[in-house]
Parts: sequence; structure tokens; C-alpha cells
Amino acid sequence: MFKKLKALAVAAAALALAAGGLTACSGGDDDTVRIGIKFDQPGLGQQVGDDYEGFDIDVARYVADELGYANIEFVEAPSGNRETMLQSEQVKMIFATYSITDERKEKVSFAGPYIIAGQDLLVRADDTSVSGPDDLPGKKLCSVKGSTSAQNLNDEYGGKAQLQEYDTYSKCVEALVAGSIDVMSTDNTILYGFASEEQYRGKLKVVGKTFSEERYGVGIKKGDVELCNQINDALTKMIEDGEWQKSADKWLGPAGFELGTENPPAFDTCS
Amino acid sequence: MSNQSVLFDAPGPRAKILYGIVGTVGVLILLGFAAIVIIALGNPDNSQWAADKWLTLLKPVTWTAYLLPGLWATLSAAVVSIVLAGVLGLLLGLGRLSSITIVNRVCGVLVEFLRAVPVLVMMLFAYYVAIFALGIYGPTATFFGVVTGLTLYNGSVIAELLRSGVESLPKGQREASMAVGMTHTQTLISVLLPQAVTAMLPSLVSQLIVVVKDTALGYMISYSELLRKAQTFATPNANLIPTLMVVAVMFIIINFSLSLLANRLERRLRRSRKGPRVVVTADAVADPTTEPATK
Amino acid sequence: MDLIDGMATLLSRYDVLAAFWMTVKLTFVAAIGSLLIGTIVAILRVAPVGVLQAFGTVYVHAIRNTPLTLIVFFCAFGFMNTMGWSIASPESPTSIADNNFWFGVIGLSIYHAAFVAEALRSGINTVPTGQAEAARAIGLSFMPALANVILPQAFRGAIAPLGTTLIALTKNTTVLATIGVAELSYIMSGMLEFNISLLFAIFVLIALAFVILTLPMGFFFTWLSRRLVVAR
Repeated sequence: MFKKLKALAVAAAALALAAGGLTACSGGDDDTVRIGIKFDQPGLGQQVGDDYEGFDIDVARYVADELGYANIEFVEAPSGNRETMLQSEQVKMIFATYSITDERKEKVSFAGPYIIAGQDLLVRADDTSVSGPDDLPGKKLCSVKGSTSAQNLNDEYGGKAQLQEYDTYSKCVEALVAGSIDVMSTDNTILYGFASEEQYRGKLKVVGKTFSEERYGVGIKKGDVELCNQINDALTKMIEDGEWQKSADKWLGPAGFELGTENPPAFDTCS
Repeated sequence: MSNQSVLFDAPGPRAKILYGIVGTVGVLILLGFAAIVIIALGNPDNSQWAADKWLTLLKPVTWTAYLLPGLWATLSAAVVSIVLAGVLGLLLGLGRLSSITIVNRVCGVLVEFLRAVPVLVMMLFAYYVAIFALGIYGPTATFFGVVTGLTLYNGSVIAELLRSGVESLPKGQREASMAVGMTHTQTLISVLLPQAVTAMLPSLVSQLIVVVKDTALGYMISYSELLRKAQTFATPNANLIPTLMVVAVMFIIINFSLSLLANRLERRLRRSRKGPRVVVTADAVADPTTEPATK
Repeated sequence: MDLIDGMATLLSRYDVLAAFWMTVKLTFVAAIGSLLIGTIVAILRVAPVGVLQAFGTVYVHAIRNTPLTLIVFFCAFGFMNTMGWSIASPESPTSIADNNFWFGVIGLSIYHAAFVAEALRSGINTVPTGQAEAARAIGLSFMPALANVILPQAFRGAIAPLGTTLIALTKNTTVLATIGVAELSYIMSGMLEFNISLLFAIFVLIALAFVILTLPMGFFFTWLSRRLVVAR
């Protein structure tokens, strides 16, 4: 019986590989790199029709080009799955609003940071009762499972505000607009991205008081110092030749996001 | 038809009036409920009936970039799963019919176990096995997770279908083949199985409906099936509800066509003179532990 | 032994019992809900009024052919988030968790009601027309014939498919993890994210929890349907 099962498992795996290969059209080419991004974050990483656009995407394209890859295959990297995807080498790099934290560094390594954001709050445009995290107690708060903001908030305000966790930011935004939650919290970059979406313009506002520092790094496999240095060189070049500034202005500027003095950031040492 | 004649007589003049009143009241209640939902969805702050929320769904790129690839992912996972589940079901079903006690018992326990565990739990497990134990990468890992979860569960269902199919065949079939000197295995393989498999065809198609629906669970291991693609599409357009409605209609059309196909197969088998006289329906093995019922 | 140790670690780190209890609660409440809606739909389906029958049929076909995940999404993101309906009092300190629970239960009930309705209808279909005719022949009028002859038999015929539906419902509560209800599969994804080395222990633990729930149900309904079987 076990032999049968084993044979079956192998057959299943083979079939799965074949079909998966078909759907993904992924060859094992050396000049193709698989990069994890967000598909649903306006201004940072978003699927638009057949293409992807946003600040994260621009940086990812620049770095991949500098590293000598001709083709990029973008893969969706949901917040809760990012470490897993890197550990299992499903993707080579992740550019997905991925904050560098000590806890994550135990599982993966980071190049960069390539931009510094901060956690902020998003409320309905007519809501004047929230001006910072201190107003959270008693409010209904939405965040995304597996993201730093959810953890921060759980640690600091978990007992005071009611927390709703969804798997995507877009669900939080819809709930916020409809009024079934009061506040949504995550990085200000993401919040500005949503607030400036045509569909939500005028309905939402960012409180504008950051209460954390989120340093977006490029997630890579743990201990790959060589790749880390290569990525940092590419990022340096991108900042020096003005492409970085151009992209930041294009995607984050119109939403009212201020880059501040901390940007462009200095890199961490690779380890 | 028959249920009406069991419960109700043909209506007389008074009953006809009564039916008319009941019908009108019923329709009014239903319309009222529909109106409440439609008005609530039209909430002026964020009306779901706004034209732009629906018009984007008509753009070709919506279909080429999101919905059709999602549909393809759903259907390909479903088809691969039902084929593999058929193979697994055949093995497990044969195991359960085996005259060797140990094989019989092991397969029995395995089938009961696989039917008791939720598909989602098996998908989650298979997905993590794929990436950490088997080292499968990329979208293939999510595909593997979905297909494995669906195969294990539906394989066990098909095994039960097969067993009840064989057991519902007339006794004379087995006795006759034994009488001409065939062994237990020969009887099973060349006489009973072909008839049972034909009898199972309609319920295999019905099982495909279950599989198509359950691919939506792949959403949770980030398999890019129809539901996930629909949501990716809805994010920049802020039209989650309209998009979900369209997706629901897509699912209903596909699955309803499949159930029509299953019905037609079943009727054809019942009518056919050459074919087996029994038709195994999914209801026959509805309960994991009941003895199979024949129809 | 590793497996046992792993399971012990998990039990000490996570509140598995609370998740298990949540699954039981969801199953229990949604079972009542789907029985209520399902009975109404079954009555509509066998009613002698055309439009009601049509509605019952459309309900069953539409719901049975839609994935449960999609129905739960409609309840959570449609009824709750978009329409702004709320079951728990908005002032309640646990209104989010309560709303998730109740809208999840509504989704489960709507979905399984279609199967309950079909189970009940198939029960009615097992009663031969002759039974009704015989009841009339000995002078029973409509209601007594229904109450004393037909429905008792129909109910017995419906037990086995109702049991199947209950088992399916128990397993389907896992879908509510998508809307953040902390039941067994929700806790399982949390475990997998942070304790991947215990992969097998996690699976065995959660799978066992479901076996403990569903296997006795299966035995009970088999026993019941055998006990109450109508000899024909």
C-alpha cells in the first residue's frame, strides 16, 4: 500500500510540476529572476492589467537589471508568506514593503534599506476623533495578518482597541470606507497610496503622525552576503543617478507623502 | 412530481385561491428582502451600483489579465485533481475490496481518516510539505498544495463510490464468474470493476463540481485561482462586491452545466440495456459509515 | 516520540482548546441555522405553489454551485463591511469578534441549508405515493395524514443525508479562517508560520481534533439511521 502511495505521490508531484510549469510559463533560465512583490498596494506594488507598477516595482526592476537579469517573473508575496518564500527559495528577492526587523533577521537577510517609512493611521476624511495612536483605545482597528504593524499594535494597543485582521489591505480599506471599522493602520507609504486612489479620493485621510520607523529592505535568503552587497551597489547607483528620486516623486509624491531627511537611507552592513 | 402527489391532492377551487394568496404573499416577502439588499448595496457613501464599478468589468484587460487566468488556474487544478483522485480512489477502493484482511483494514482506516479531515487542513499541510520537505518552489508549490489536498479527500470519496458500486452489482455476477473458475481478483478486475466504473460515471462528474468549488480554498495558500485573481483586480477598482458577483455567476454556470451533464449521463445509463442496471449516485455513499444503498 | 513531544509543545504554546471550542460552537450554531433555513427552503420546494417552488429550486442550485468561500466573503465583505450591517452592538468591546462569528455562521447556514433542503426533500421522496393514498383511504384528512403517516417516514429517510451534511459542516467551519474567526485552521496557519519544524505534529494535532469531532458523528448517524430504518 505504501509503495502504491509513494508512487502516486511521485506521479502527483510530476503532474503538478508539469501543470504548474505550464501555468507559470517559467523556464529555469539563468537570466530570469523571480521576485516577490505585492499585487495590491497602490503606489508601491500593484498589478495593473498585464503589468505591475509602483515604487517597489521600479526599484526591483532597476536592481534586477543591474544584477544582469534580462527577465523578471513577478510573484505575489503576501505578508504572512514572505519568510517562507525566501527560505524555500521560491523567490530570489522580495521587494514588498518588507520592514527590516530583528525577528525576521533570524529567518532571512536584508539588503538596503532602500526607503524609510513609518507606521501611521488612516481614517475616514470626516473623522476628527483620531489624531494619533493614543486615541486608539475603544476604536475598531484593522490590519493585515503577519505584518509588522499588526504585531506592533497587538503589543501596544491590543488590549485596548478591537483588532480585525484580514489577509489584504484592500479588505481593510473597504471596511473602513463602509464604516464597519474606524481606523486602519500600516505604513504611511501604503496608506498614502490608498488615500490617493481615484476611488477613495476625498473619502479617506492619513492622520500624518508616524509612530514607528519602518525600514524597507530587500528580502533575500539568510546569509547571502554576496547578493546583499550586489543589491546595495545597485541601490547606491540608483540613488546616485537620480532614478530613485524620480520614482519616489512619481509614485509617492502626489499622495502627499513627505520623504523627509531620513531618505534616501544609509544601508546596513550585510551579514 | 411524485412528492407533490404524496403531500398534496390536486387543488380544488378553494385551494386554488388559497395557493394564489400564499404565492403572492411569498413573492412579496422575497421581493421585499431583495429590495432591502439592493438598497443597502446602493448606500450613497459607497454605492455598489455605481456604473464605473461595473464598467471596468467589461474591459477586455480585466478578463485577459485577471479573470481568465484565474479561471484557467481553477479549472486546471480541478481537472488534475479529479484525474489523480480517480487513480487514488481506484487503488483505495480495490484495497477495501481486497480479500487480504490487512490491506482491507489499512485502506479502510485511510479512507475514514481522509474523509474526516477538512480539505483546507490537508491543503495547508501539503503546501508546507511541498516547500519545506520536497523543495518545490514558486507557484508550483501552491498548485501542489491545492491538488494534493483535493486529491486526498476526493480519492477517498471515489474509493467509497467504487466499493458501493461493486457491492451493489447483482450477486449473480460474482457467482457466475466464480462458477466459470475465475479467482477473486480476476472476478473483480474483469467482471465487477468495469460495470462499477460505468455505473460511477455520473457521480464522478458530480464530484468534479465539488472539486471545482473546493479549488477556491486554494485562496488561503495564495494559489492564484479565480477568487484571488478577482480580488487582485478589485483592489485598484474598489469594486470587490460587483467582482465577487461576477465570479459567483461564473462558478454557478460552470457547475450547473456539470450537474446537467451528470444528470444526462445518469439517465442514459439507466436507459441503456447493455449497461449495468445499477447507477451509483453520490447520495448512495453520502454517509461515510453507512452501508451503501442501492437504487 | 518526537511527534508526541511536538504536540505537547504546541499544546503549551497555543490555546488549541479554545480553537477547538470555537469550531464546536460554530458547528452547533450553524447546524441550527442551516436546519431552520433548510426546512423553509424544503417546504418551498415541495409547496404546491409554482413561484415558491421555483424560488426553492433556484436557491438550491445557486447555492450548491457556489464555493463556500465566496458565500462567506459575501457575508463578511458584503453584509458586514459594505452594507454596514452589524449583529453585535457597535459599542460592545468584542463587537468585531462577535460580528465575524455571526456573519460566518450566517454564511455557513446559507450554504448548508441548500444541502439540508435536499436531504429533507429526498426523505420525502422515499415515501411511496401508496402511503398517502392508503392514509386517505382510511379517512385521514390532509394534516393527520401528513403528521402521522408521511412526515415520520420522510424524517427517517432524511437522517443519513442530514448526518453527512452535519459532518461536512463541521469540516467547512475551517473556511471562516479567511475572515479572522479563530477556529482550528486559523490557529493552524499561525502554528505553521512560526513553528515550521513541527510541521507533522501540527498536522496530526489538527487532523486528530477533526477526527475526534466527525468520527463519532458518523457512527451516531449510522446507528440512528439503522435503528429508524423503514422496512419496505
